[in-house]
Amino acid sequence: MSSINSKSFWRRIKSWPLLLPVVALLLVMAVNIIHDAATGANPLSFFLVSLKDTTTNGTILYGRIIDIINRGSEVAILAIGMTLVVSASAGTDISVGSVMSLCASFMCMMLAGYGVSSTTTLAVPLVIGLLAAVVMGLVCGAFNGTLVAHLSIQPMVATLILYSAARAIGLLLCNDLIVYVRNPSFAFFGAFAGPIPTPIIITVICIVIVSLVLKKTALGMYIQSVGINAKASRIAGLNSKLLIFLAYTLCGLFAAIAGIVASSRITSADSNNIGLYLEMDAILSVALGGNSLGGGKFNLAGSIIGAYTIQAITTTLYALGVSSIQAPVFKAIIVILIVVIEAPPFKAFVNRMSAAKAAKGVKA
Amino acid sequence: MEDNVVLTARGISMTFPGVKALDNVDLTLRKGEIHALMGENGAGKSTLIKCLTGINDFEAGEIHIEGIDGPVRNHSTRDAQNVGISTVYQEVNLCPNLSVAENLFIGREPLTVLHTVDRKSYNKRSQKIMDELGISVDVTQNLENYSLAIQQMVAIARAVDMECKVLILDEPTSSLDDEEVEKLFTLMRGLREKGVSILFVTHFLEQVYAVCDRITVLRNGKYVGEYPIADLPRMKLVAAMMGKDLDDLAEIKKEQKDYSKEPMEISAKGLSHAGTIKPFNLDIHKGEVVGIGGLLGSGRSELARCIYGADKAQTGSLEVAGEQVKINQPIDAMNKGMGMLPDDRKAEGIIADLSVRENIILALQAKRGMLRQLTRAQQEEIADRYIDLIQIKTASKETLVKQLSGGNQQKVILARWLATDPDFLILDEPTRGIDIGTKSEIQKLIVKLAGEGKSVLFISSEIEEMLRTCSRMVIMRDGQKVGELDHELSQENVMKAIAGGEA
Repeated sequence: MSSINSKSFWRRIKSWPLLLPVVALLLVMAVNIIHDAATGANPLSFFLVSLKDTTTNGTILYGRIIDIINRGSEVAILAIGMTLVVSASAGTDISVGSVMSLCASFMCMMLAGYGVSSTTTLAVPLVIGLLAAVVMGLVCGAFNGTLVAHLSIQPMVATLILYSAARAIGLLLCNDLIVYVRNPSFAFFGAFAGPIPTPIIITVICIVIVSLVLKKTALGMYIQSVGINAKASRIAGLNSKLLIFLAYTLCGLFAAIAGIVASSRITSADSNNIGLYLEMDAILSVALGGNSLGGGKFNLAGSIIGAYTIQAITTTLYALGVSSIQAPVFKAIIVILIVVIEAPPFKAFVNRMSAAKAAKGVKA
Repeated sequence: MEDNVVLTARGISMTFPGVKALDNVDLTLRKGEIHALMGENGAGKSTLIKCLTGINDFEAGEIHIEGIDGPVRNHSTRDAQNVGISTVYQEVNLCPNLSVAENLFIGREPLTVLHTVDRKSYNKRSQKIMDELGISVDVTQNLENYSLAIQQMVAIARAVDMECKVLILDEPTSSLDDEEVEKLFTLMRGLREKGVSILFVTHFLEQVYAVCDRITVLRNGKYVGEYPIADLPRMKLVAAMMGKDLDDLAEIKKEQKDYSKEPMEISAKGLSHAGTIKPFNLDIHKGEVVGIGGLLGSGRSELARCIYGADKAQTGSLEVAGEQVKINQPIDAMNKGMGMLPDDRKAEGIIADLSVRENIILALQAKRGMLRQLTRAQQEEIADRYIDLIQIKTASKETLVKQLSGGNQQKVILARWLATDPDFLILDEPTRGIDIGTKSEIQKLIVKLAGEGKSVLFISSEIEEMLRTCSRMVIMRDGQKVGELDHELSQENVMKAIAGGEA
């Protein structure tokens, strides 16, 4: 009786869509625990969260796991938009990192005033600056969306335009300067709200809103349907082009939000460095989340877990003493492992193995 | 093993999630015979073929092939080709963006001495192959430029050219017109003379009796029996496939009625779409079933697509229930009470990776708009209702639609449109690739819908089917509407009209 129950339990686990991202995250945690135990530290120090008094921010939450969730915010926010884009268009938006930077530059330029390289007072109300970033993100997203949906340009090529141009446009807006906005109301978005890091709160708000939209409207099914079969979706009454356009526009919006966070953290618009390589992390989050990059079905929770897993890997590598220059090598190895585990031929192989084992058991 | 046996499969079993797809099935193919594999949708025909060709990994049973010691187990179509089994599937599985020649030689391109692909030689060889089969195409053109029928022929040509012992044809004729079917039969008979064994899967009974030597019947994944063709007349075959005697199809036909007094549902004036359909007028009354007759490629589907907005009408005007409407895309037509089941199920019908439930509610949800989502309970209620009503065979409503058999996928799309409660439904080849039992169910359904006051535009390659259900027929030729028949509908009259002119 119990063996039957445990069997169906395993089957349910095996078909759980979040299996891969969760296992990956658990593995990273296990590595931390083992490393901490081996070095004589508290094995659970990875999970320890404490309150710490600081001179700049007052009492704040402190701990490695808080740091990971905080630092992973930008990628998690980007992963939301990327998930929709991948699902709807079977392509990726490789411009998100650059668009982040452009939005940040535009915002800081507005806040500091054109040509000003450093300021502590805001030239326009903060809200105007934030809106500027959001509008810029939407415009960039709409630009990408138009190219992909209405002109049928391949997503990689279409978003390559802003990938290479956006940072330069940002520099142009900032008169080739790194614009510093050293104002506490602006710095808030990259600092702390009470004891909790603000980026975490912003990320949670984004996730909650998107989840509610996906639950309460048919957007999720529409996007998946278009991603699986755009022609059939059109015949069934969906506006495929509009939906793909919408996915890219939303992706631009989330790039803007990530840009605000990243820029606020360093209270400046560093065009050349904000969001650098983050498009790759965002795409990887989607893949790690068990989503097919071939479009169609998506799982947002998977992408989010994927995003934090990537950050956890990065932080863990630093904790293990791997230098930041070599870290990508280890990241690559981990990615290869995960992608292999997720590959259909590997899954089929595992299934054959377990079937053979079961057959043996029956014979015996 | 008998001397002339080429392939034997014994006790093949295979399970899909929740469904026993094959249960202890046998198959014997002899040298130089055309062997029909018959059964209703979901009987396991396609599954069995995929076991032979290495796409499905069966759980129990053995396959033996002449000249090979021990059981054969293929793990890929390439394995299957290596042991002499070539296949042409129900839906064309070629690359539309490659040329005909490239499709013929994909994976086995002739090479030059420098080991580059020898384009000249394979273009020449391809042209020769196609000419020998009597298919007039330019082999350097991309496959997508040709009709589905030609694409099917290319797929067959590819299989034939691969020196196979066993050629499997899975519904090869479902998209071919009569003349093309005859060409294919000539080809099949030629191959039989050369000693090739052909396993032929079709839903057209008359085709079985036209070319086949032997029949194996499956039902619900089980082996029913193998019969020489002479021992199994048509009615017995149908009975064996269905496990019961066939309803009298003739009873479907409703009594003739004059619809001209009924209110107008659809009135098209001068609609056209450049390159596909010339301007046409068409009136359809409430409760009327209108058929479109014509050869494949004569503009049957295109006429329907033009009304529905799948191809936007570039000229003319359309009235729906007396109201002038402008239709730019399908959703506009849906909001005016239309629905369309397209002819290419795979490309334009199913959303393969979504569940049966999601596929059924999709059009209704699209009509309601994104913000007014049907609740999960409503979705399940609708899905259950239609699964029950038109008897969709599925493990559950959450099963992915791609796991269903072709006929059941078609029923899912039909359910999708019935759920929107349309006033005017376009059915483009709703019975293609569907077994005879389901065919008669769908025909009955059409008549029932008409009885409820809905109008139906019905397109089918089988004239008898339309004769049984339609009160009027539109005749198409070369992308143009050439006439209508509204009395004395008979096979002969319709054929005459389609053939045209000097009859």
